[in-house]
Amino acid sequence: MARYRVTHDTHYRYDAPVALSRQLLHLTPRELPRQQCLDHRRQIIPEPSFQREHDDAFGNASAMLAFEAPHDELWVRTESVVEVFSPDPTSFADTPAWETVRNRLQYHAGDSPSPVTLAALQYRFGSPYGRIKRRFANYAADCFPPGRSMLDSVLALNAKIHRDFAFDPEATTVATPVADVLTRRRGVCQDFAHVMVSCLRSIGLAARYVSGYILTTPPPGQERLIGADASHAWVSVWCPGEDEDRWIDADPTNNLLPGSQHITLAWGRDFGDVSPLRGVILGGGEQELKVSVTMLPLDELPLNNATSDALAQWQKQS
Amino acid sequence: MNTDAYQPHRDRYDEMLDANGAARPHWRPMLTHLRETSAVQMRQRQEFVRSQVLENGVTYNMYASTQGAARPWDLDPLPLLLPASEWSELATAVAQRARLLDAVLADLYGPQALLAEGLIPPATVYGHPDFLWPCRGLQPPGGRFLHLYAVDLARSADGQWWVIGDRAQAPSGAGYALENRLIVSRAFPELFRDLKVQHLAEFFRALRQNLTLHAPHDAGETPLTVLLTPGPYNETYFEHAYLARYLGFPLVEGQDLTVRGETVYLKTLTGLQRVHAILRRLDDDYCDPLELRGDSALGVPGLLQVARAGRVLIANAPGSGLVESGAIAAFLPRVCERLLGESLAMPAVASWWCGEPAALEYVIAHLDELVIKPAYPSTTHRPMLGRDMRGKARAALILRLRKQPRAWVAQEMVRLSQVPVISQEHHLAARPVGLRVYATANTDGGYTVMPGGLARVAGTPVAQMISMQRGGGSKDTWVLSDVPVSRFSLLANTITAKELVRSPSNLSSRLVENLFWFGRYTSRCDDSARLLRITLTRYADTSAMPARESALVLCKGLNLFAPVEKDEPEPKPDDAIWTAICDARRVESLTANLRHLAWTGTQIREHLSLDNWLMLNQLPLPPTTDARKKAGLSAALEYLDNSLILGVGLSGFAMDGMTRDNGWRFLMIGRHLERLAFMASASACFLHHGVDQGWHSLDWLLEVADSSITYRSRYRAQPELLPVLDLVVFDDSNPHGVVFQLRQLLIHLGELSADLGGDHYALADELLAVLQEYTGFELSTLEQPDESVLLALATLLGNTARAARELSDVLAARHFTHVGERSRQTLAA
Repeated sequence: MARYRVTHDTHYRYDAPVALSRQLLHLTPRELPRQQCLDHRRQIIPEPSFQREHDDAFGNASAMLAFEAPHDELWVRTESVVEVFSPDPTSFADTPAWETVRNRLQYHAGDSPSPVTLAALQYRFGSPYGRIKRRFANYAADCFPPGRSMLDSVLALNAKIHRDFAFDPEATTVATPVADVLTRRRGVCQDFAHVMVSCLRSIGLAARYVSGYILTTPPPGQERLIGADASHAWVSVWCPGEDEDRWIDADPTNNLLPGSQHITLAWGRDFGDVSPLRGVILGGGEQELKVSVTMLPLDELPLNNATSDALAQWQKQS
Repeated sequence: MNTDAYQPHRDRYDEMLDANGAARPHWRPMLTHLRETSAVQMRQRQEFVRSQVLENGVTYNMYASTQGAARPWDLDPLPLLLPASEWSELATAVAQRARLLDAVLADLYGPQALLAEGLIPPATVYGHPDFLWPCRGLQPPGGRFLHLYAVDLARSADGQWWVIGDRAQAPSGAGYALENRLIVSRAFPELFRDLKVQHLAEFFRALRQNLTLHAPHDAGETPLTVLLTPGPYNETYFEHAYLARYLGFPLVEGQDLTVRGETVYLKTLTGLQRVHAILRRLDDDYCDPLELRGDSALGVPGLLQVARAGRVLIANAPGSGLVESGAIAAFLPRVCERLLGESLAMPAVASWWCGEPAALEYVIAHLDELVIKPAYPSTTHRPMLGRDMRGKARAALILRLRKQPRAWVAQEMVRLSQVPVISQEHHLAARPVGLRVYATANTDGGYTVMPGGLARVAGTPVAQMISMQRGGGSKDTWVLSDVPVSRFSLLANTITAKELVRSPSNLSSRLVENLFWFGRYTSRCDDSARLLRITLTRYADTSAMPARESALVLCKGLNLFAPVEKDEPEPKPDDAIWTAICDARRVESLTANLRHLAWTGTQIREHLSLDNWLMLNQLPLPPTTDARKKAGLSAALEYLDNSLILGVGLSGFAMDGMTRDNGWRFLMIGRHLERLAFMASASACFLHHGVDQGWHSLDWLLEVADSSITYRSRYRAQPELLPVLDLVVFDDSNPHGVVFQLRQLLIHLGELSADLGGDHYALADELLAVLQEYTGFELSTLEQPDESVLLALATLLGNTARAARELSDVLAARHFTHVGERSRQTLAA
């Protein structure tokens, strides 16, 4: 178990006054069986003229803000205290062969899918950044040989993406199509998550894009830098077993399975569904954007590295 | 005319003749009428229809011509006739289908029982680009998703009607159907009356009533409905403007609306005005850049939140495009049983969604009998006839189907029925026909079907698919009645005396800005055409060298000639004049200004009377360079004359054809402001030139001010400096004079300020000060003027022109600043 305080600052400065602005926020940590949000606060400059909370189509808490007086900066700070538990490694033990899962997601006339299957099907088809294409299926093919278990297959794909793709913040923008990322093999965590989601869906599985935070470890002997972190993204794949509603998270950027060092904010089909701050402004001229995230461990409890646990488990099995 | 020559194709159902070649009973009066009509009369009717279409269709062309290919609306004079008995079955079936699709939308955006029960494959919803996730759980006012629905029907050889397509997000064509009716009913007035053709107006009233009834509003508010258009670049913009005028809804673009809190407003001259209902012609995913497609500026940021809060009715509800999918249509028979407890009244042609493996194999085995269509209409592929796909193309198609089976639907091919059309050779010919029928939600909770519709005929006798873009034409559709038809028209209405509107409060700011510019361009074209005509005539007259010189100086002084770069040689005067008249690439040319005028005209389309609009459509065309080679500069004279005639016509309409609301005031302010700047600059330029070079050109200053006749009738003598300046500058009864413009501007600004409240009159303070300088001017000092007096007057005139331009800026800042500024998306990770 680990407990953190996360501070997430998004700060826009505009050259010219913004006359009207609306912002859609996905900045509230999700409540999950192994994640609890103990405290969540929001500070906003300037004072919004309108605020409305609502749960989006994927069950994430989102907030709509409006700013109707001219302003030349927008500063959104959220502070969350979150408790995270590592997944129980034994819960990955009995994953079925990947084809079994794929077959469960296929339509047969007259079949009534279970509510859980139907929920998973929402993440089964193409979306703007989660494309279904033969290229993605081909890329993933060698990770999914016939009969291999879901866990092994997903770990293999996770590792393959980690190996083949270079982390390069200059290579992509939020508008870069995922097919280009596959061609150029460079990008950031969002891009890798989109590639992995596209691969999984292209071979017939259901995969979510997860937006959240990850604890970064300062170099030995150095203090943790405030604001040096960024938001993070990974994937979650449907893997029904005894527990129908089981999803396995995988982080291709770090080649690990998220444990108590990952905090989940929201999930959707891709980044477009859950971007932390999505807005439309009128006016503003040139703008400067600064995002900073600080994730501080709150107590001395030893940090379980779920990943190493899971990997150890996996290595034992294989 | 000879109707016996009509040659129907045996293998199709013929709408007019039965299998034995005898006329069907409901066609007999029409056939008799045609037989009694002489060939000449028929030709006249055809010509009447063609000219009517052209006149209205020109408006269609004008905007479309900016994008290239444009074709006048092709309307056949003969209507498609349907008897009452047959129609009532058809109408019942269409109404049922509208109810069904409405219920399907309510389920798919709500509980999704259809998915849970396996009645519709989840891929056709979750995998459909038109399924708008942010709209899940959204409850439209009155529970209605579909307000206006259209269905494409075809009749097979056995006489059975089939559904071949659904239009659910923003169906087009109802306005064209209405226009067709207005024209064709006038081509056959007696027949129209005798056949008791059912009227269309009731349908539009139902549409309007239903929107008004369900539009969420607070006590005491009269619901405001607007028609939201993507703008003049859209291919059916003509129809948007047409319907907006017919229904009496303001025509607005996304930038005319703004969301504050959870309310959507129209930006008007008098401030923000709440909008209660939006009839949209904007596609689903463009409606709200905040939650839907972020790369588009066409929509209204925050609109979905307003809908979610139940504060606006959007017709059709965003996300309705989902049920246009052929993939969903394939499952409707069972869905209808489940949702309505009824069997589907009109069968859709058999269709197969290739996402089911068995269906895919069937489709590949029976390609020759099928039409292959994309399952998701937003993809770019067109329907294909399986039998036309041969060899490599066929193999490629099969490969595509196998690669992405979920993206394809196959439909049984219907051999379309045929109708008689009047061919170009003026006789009857048989053409395949399809019918688009419209239904609107009504206040009884059901759907009212438009008795009629848009019949579309193929361009060739053998065509299997009909497309307006590919050479097809259209027909009016007459639904005959056994009983006297309702005399209702939209003119007869339910407005009470208390609700009478004298001055519309919902003039959008964009409309007002465009009216202002329309006024400015009208004056600018008029003034520059007049000056150029004078220059051209003086230029040809070599005996009047000094006058010619002054004309050139004035053209330069008023920036009519393109500016010359430092290192460039001065162009020859001939070329400079020709360019100033004809070269559309030069922003200061007359041609460019006329185009701006026409463009601004399209922006205020719904505010202009039809005649006004027609006039604007007959823009004079500039002479070609060939014409110049033959006739020299004088080749441009006719063009200048026609431009001046257009200016006179538009002025006439402004004075005589428009109500005196604030929109009109802005138009007039634009006109006077432009003319004030022009006349003041021209007079100042004239004075400077005269002081330097002598007074050779008094007569043409009169002409520039269109005041020669007045001068001659007053003085019956050669022009002299004092009376000319008096008439052109000081005389407040001369509609081209400087002081006249000042006084008119002050009057209009005064009325605006009285109506809008606030301090609009303060805008005019400087104008008033300027005016007082003119009224206080001692005219006797101009009897034997010394140079300093003339230069002082020139300075005053120069200041006047500057004040005019500043007033324009102030008005823009105050009323128009938002126009042209677009919202944009920002994303932070």
